[in-house]
Amino acid sequence: MLKKNNIVKFKEMLIERLLLCCSLLSVFTTAAIIYVLLSESIGFFKEVRIIDFLTDTQWTPMFTNKHFGILPLLCGTLVTTLIAIGVAVPAGLISAIYLSEYATDKMRHIIKPLLEILAAVPTVVYGYFALLFVTPLLKQFIPGLSGFNALSAGLVMGIMIIPLVSSLSEDAMHAVPMGLREGAYALGSRKIQVAFKIVFPAALSGITAAVILAVSRAIGETMIVAIAAGQQPKFTMNPLVPIETITAYIVQISLGDTPHGTLEYQTIFVCGMTLFVLTFVLNVISFKLKRRFQEIYE
Amino acid sequence: MEQEIIIQIKDADSFYGPKQILKNVTLDFQAKTVTALMGPSGCGKSTLIRCLNRMNDLIPRFRFEGKVLYKGIDLYAKDVDITDLRREIGMVFQKPNPFPKSIYENVAYGVRIQGITNREFIDGIVEESLKRAALWEEVKDRLHEPALSLSGGQQQRICIARALAVKPHVILFDEPCSALDPIATAKIEELITELKKNYTIIVVTHNTAQAARVSDFTAFLYLGDLVEFGPTAKIFTVPQDKRTEEYLTGKFG
Ligand SMILES: Nc1ncnc2c1ncn2[C@@H]1O[C@H](COP(=O)(O)OP(=O)(O)OP(=O)(O)O)[C@@H](O)[C@H]1O
Ligand SMILES: [Mg+2]
Repeated sequence: MLKKNNIVKFKEMLIERLLLCCSLLSVFTTAAIIYVLLSESIGFFKEVRIIDFLTDTQWTPMFTNKHFGILPLLCGTLVTTLIAIGVAVPAGLISAIYLSEYATDKMRHIIKPLLEILAAVPTVVYGYFALLFVTPLLKQFIPGLSGFNALSAGLVMGIMIIPLVSSLSEDAMHAVPMGLREGAYALGSRKIQVAFKIVFPAALSGITAAVILAVSRAIGETMIVAIAAGQQPKFTMNPLVPIETITAYIVQISLGDTPHGTLEYQTIFVCGMTLFVLTFVLNVISFKLKRRFQEIYE
Repeated sequence: MEQEIIIQIKDADSFYGPKQILKNVTLDFQAKTVTALMGPSGCGKSTLIRCLNRMNDLIPRFRFEGKVLYKGIDLYAKDVDITDLRREIGMVFQKPNPFPKSIYENVAYGVRIQGITNREFIDGIVEESLKRAALWEEVKDRLHEPALSLSGGQQQRICIARALAVKPHVILFDEPCSALDPIATAKIEELITELKKNYTIIVVTHNTAQAARVSDFTAFLYLGDLVEFGPTAKIFTVPQDKRTEEYLTGKFG
């Protein structure tokens, strides 16, 4: 009896250790990534002044006349992200309100998985969809549109992140206690008033968290913009011309034959660092908001 | 005392899915009185009171048969718009459920959703309603603070003020004190007694002493049947039915 007990104990310990190792692995990976980004970035900033990096309006690391201003890449990222959010937030919120407040259980069970398919499509497919379908389509209405442009990349990226917005927002609205809805109905509210004046504001911090997460996803999205938005770092907010996002730049250089250890090579890591900081800050804000939301209702 | 019947329930049956809850309940409520609904847990008190403002409509599998006449209007008739009638038949719930908005906005909500925007008018209603709910003195200096920062008893009085703000004629209370401490409970009971001068009140309660203190009439429900109904004094002193007597003497429930 005692012996068997010891075996069980040993097994449990083994499993515990194994699980610990797995979780440590991801912690370690994150730490390693941060270490690489930091050390390479430090190398970069030994040659380029931070102030130039932040304020120069040209990004030409591969030219003879080198400029290392992140602003053009940031602009590219900003434009595509704004367009994507402009699509994903209204569409995502409307579907979330529909799913949480209007749809019958049956409809919800049909529509939710359908929406989630959008998120399961490989991004490379979206990229070519933007380049080969959306851009030619838009050209019919916007004659000045370039073959590569921020507009179609942003629009398609927006469609891709609709489920992210809708499913997290729906969770937040679903978590609003039934008692609040009943209280509102008891005062003579119509359904639309309950949805927009009670449920939506009550779920606002959860919804904001969802939107921020979507922004962070759009900033980090790579394939679509690399394929459809172009590779020309430009300090412009014009969505009709080719631009380049931070992520697309990283792909471009990584695929090229830039020698290791050079300044050009280090730009990859500086860009990676910039992305990391941006998305990290956004994720922290989103996390905090979500927790505040949970505190209110649990 | 002049007698005016304001709500009549006629042959009410109600179901959740296949399960029948209320069984052929017929009951009249007199205007400007307090009627207590009593009975053991699960006997259908909440179901019954929620039929009076059709709050059960929110439950997908709920079905109602019979009639509820409010001032002669059948609430379950096809052409009735229940949202308008819910303003006349207010409701206060078991668990205080103030909106996550300010005290002021909670009370103003029911007026605002009618499209009224006149600031002074709304200010007036908010003050009057809070006074009637005996809360004005406690909150008049902090109207713009979150209602959720108040104590449970205060939150419940916010909910009462919120209901009063849309000028109801009837107020339904579903165990309004069950989440409150004795002091807050005493305040709500006092308030109910005060409100009955102007409103018809129907209150579900588990607490027999509370029913005896606040109500003029008592209805006793048992497993979906209306077992006994009459003046509270009579029900408590000479109950006609054995089940009522057993409940009142604490044999079950
Ligand atoms: N949404 C629902 N779906 C299915 N059955 C329900 C639902 N709500 C209540 N019931 C059932 O209906 C019966 C009556 O419930 P009701 O809430 O009216 O009782 P009650 O007298 O208010 O009880 P309590 O004193 O515990 O509040 C119970 O048996 C309960 O299980
Ligand atoms: Mg109940």
